Amino acid sequence: MEYINIFVKGIFIENMIFAYFLGMCSYLAVSKTVKTANGLGLAVIFVLGVTVPMNYLLENYVLKEGALSWLGQDYAGIDLSFLSFIMFIAVIASMVQIVEMAVEKFAPALYGALGIFLPLIAVNCSILGGALFMQERQYANIGEATVFGLGSGVGWWLAIVAIAAIREKIKYSHIPAPLRGLGITFIITGLMGIAFMSFMGIKL
Amino acid sequence: MDVNSNKYTIGFSLVMVVIVALILAFASESLKPMQKKNVEREKMQNILQSVGLTVTRDDARENFNKFITEQIVLNEKGEKVDGLAFEIDILKEYKSGGQKNFPIFIYENNGAKKYIIPLVGKGLWGPIWGYIALNEDKNTIAGASFDHKTETPGLGAEINQGWFQAPFVGKKVFDESGTYQSVKVIKGGAKEGDLHGVDAISGGTITSKGVEEMLIRTLKTYEPYLKS
Amino acid sequence: MSESLFSKKNLKLIKDPLNDSNPITVQVLGICSALAITVKVETAFVMAVSVIAVTAGSNVIVSLLRNVIPSRIRIIVQLVIVASLVILVDQVLKAFVYDVSKQLSVFVGLIITNCIIMGRLEAFALANKPWASFMDGVGNGVGYGLILVIVAFFREIFGSGTLTLPGIGKIEILTSLAENTGYQHNGLMILPPMALITVGVYIWIQRSRNRKLIENH
Repeated sequence: MEYINIFVKGIFIENMIFAYFLGMCSYLAVSKTVKTANGLGLAVIFVLGVTVPMNYLLENYVLKEGALSWLGQDYAGIDLSFLSFIMFIAVIASMVQIVEMAVEKFAPALYGALGIFLPLIAVNCSILGGALFMQERQYANIGEATVFGLGSGVGWWLAIVAIAAIREKIKYSHIPAPLRGLGITFIITGLMGIAFMSFMGIKL
Repeated sequence: MDVNSNKYTIGFSLVMVVIVALILAFASESLKPMQKKNVEREKMQNILQSVGLTVTRDDARENFNKFITEQIVLNEKGEKVDGLAFEIDILKEYKSGGQKNFPIFIYENNGAKKYIIPLVGKGLWGPIWGYIALNEDKNTIAGASFDHKTETPGLGAEINQGWFQAPFVGKKVFDESGTYQSVKVIKGGAKEGDLHGVDAISGGTITSKGVEEMLIRTLKTYEPYLKS
Repeated sequence: MSESLFSKKNLKLIKDPLNDSNPITVQVLGICSALAITVKVETAFVMAVSVIAVTAGSNVIVSLLRNVIPSRIRIIVQLVIVASLVILVDQVLKAFVYDVSKQLSVFVGLIITNCIIMGRLEAFALANKPWASFMDGVGNGVGYGLILVIVAFFREIFGSGTLTLPGIGKIEILTSLAENTGYQHNGLMILPPMALITVGVYIWIQRSRNRKLIENH
């Protein structure tokens, strides 16, 4: 039950885009057509689903105060948490590389669809954001962390596909010239965010 | 020298890693005492806040040492055990499977004793926490302070406001027969004279319920001590 | 260096990002880590200063090292430099402005993936001298901070009727109006979506004044 709760929360309530504005750069840049938006969205789900649990293990068995106690009592007092930013980003960058190579080798069809987006993702704020929120919220076990990663990814995918669909249609509307493009996208995203806020308070 | 040769690339990364590690470790070690002091002083401030004593960050330690005369660690049966109450992270204690320890702080001013109990719970969005102070009878509430990180502004976030916290004063944890009641947060408003209920925040129901659950669960663990 | 430190060319590096090539409203970079902390002017200001420190610092370091960084591991070297600077900033904030650092929470860490920083490193610092890179870094940081503070100003004054200025503290502006005349604070302004709409309106105003920025689909 807790898993479903975290998953739904990640998608609708604590949506990476609408509640925290994470990954806005690629959200705005790659949302001109639904097809590419869909590709990038799927890649984000995938990478979040892999890196959040990886970073969870890193956080709990290496970085946190007392996390190294499995090495023996002498190491119990070590607190490496000041290194967490750099470790998380290193894990993300290298994971993205590995995933890219693996996908290229074993699933060429998937690579054709996601390939060009994978390198972009290393610097997508929502990935690092996922790791940092995981650290801050202190999930109880790796299952919860994974579900949180997947849920946030699905939320991000939903947001980018929705805005891309709207942008495809909005091309045919008469928008005041200065608002065209970026301005109207911001405002629509804001309105979508308000709509998503009505999910607030959902608890399973 | 060839900047793109393998040897150079590996050498460059090694040197970079060593330099970065040294700088970061040095910065972290030298700033740690100040960061720790900040965290400690904030905790002291919050503890004193629950008995209605508002102090600035800088005076926190002085006042804490002056008014908090005793810090006790209890086990699940309400017996005193050894340990440093201030160092206990109660969130970890509730989560841990083994022996649990619960801290309690005793405040003394002009002969009046108050017992301060730390609370942790869950709001709508994330963790909520606070302190509740009981009078010398270990039953009447002398004060409460709650805080949160991410509750909805204007709704749930109001739990850290005086108007929500003030009504807790004078409420009772046990009823006349000594049965455990805790204090409930009642939607639509508590009845006048209700000794075990306060008004909920309208529109902030889940956060209010979180406060209620936090009180019921926490005070229950202290019941043996409070009754002794 | 033959030209003076504050020559026209160098000053342009600072001025341009404030309007014509503002990183947020024109280049669309680095919105990610920022808008969530624009509920109060003070937090926005501290965030802006942190970003300026990191953009300027990383620009200078990368520019100094531009001839010795092996191009194959360029990106990872840049990430390490940026991440280390961000860790330093985070540690300093926790030690000296603890309350603000609590409000910024994860968003300090997210400066690492702020696209402005990597963007400027790639586009400018790798090919220019340290001083020019420094000016470019400061300019982009300020251009970014400017938007943050403007957004925070409107959100705070209409959302809670106060202004929390760094160093001065909270100033009550509209609260007396609220008590005496039945004026209601617009609670919507504090909620996340309004940050986006505020930026949208800002872009609208900026582009109607400066029509060469208008996009044609």
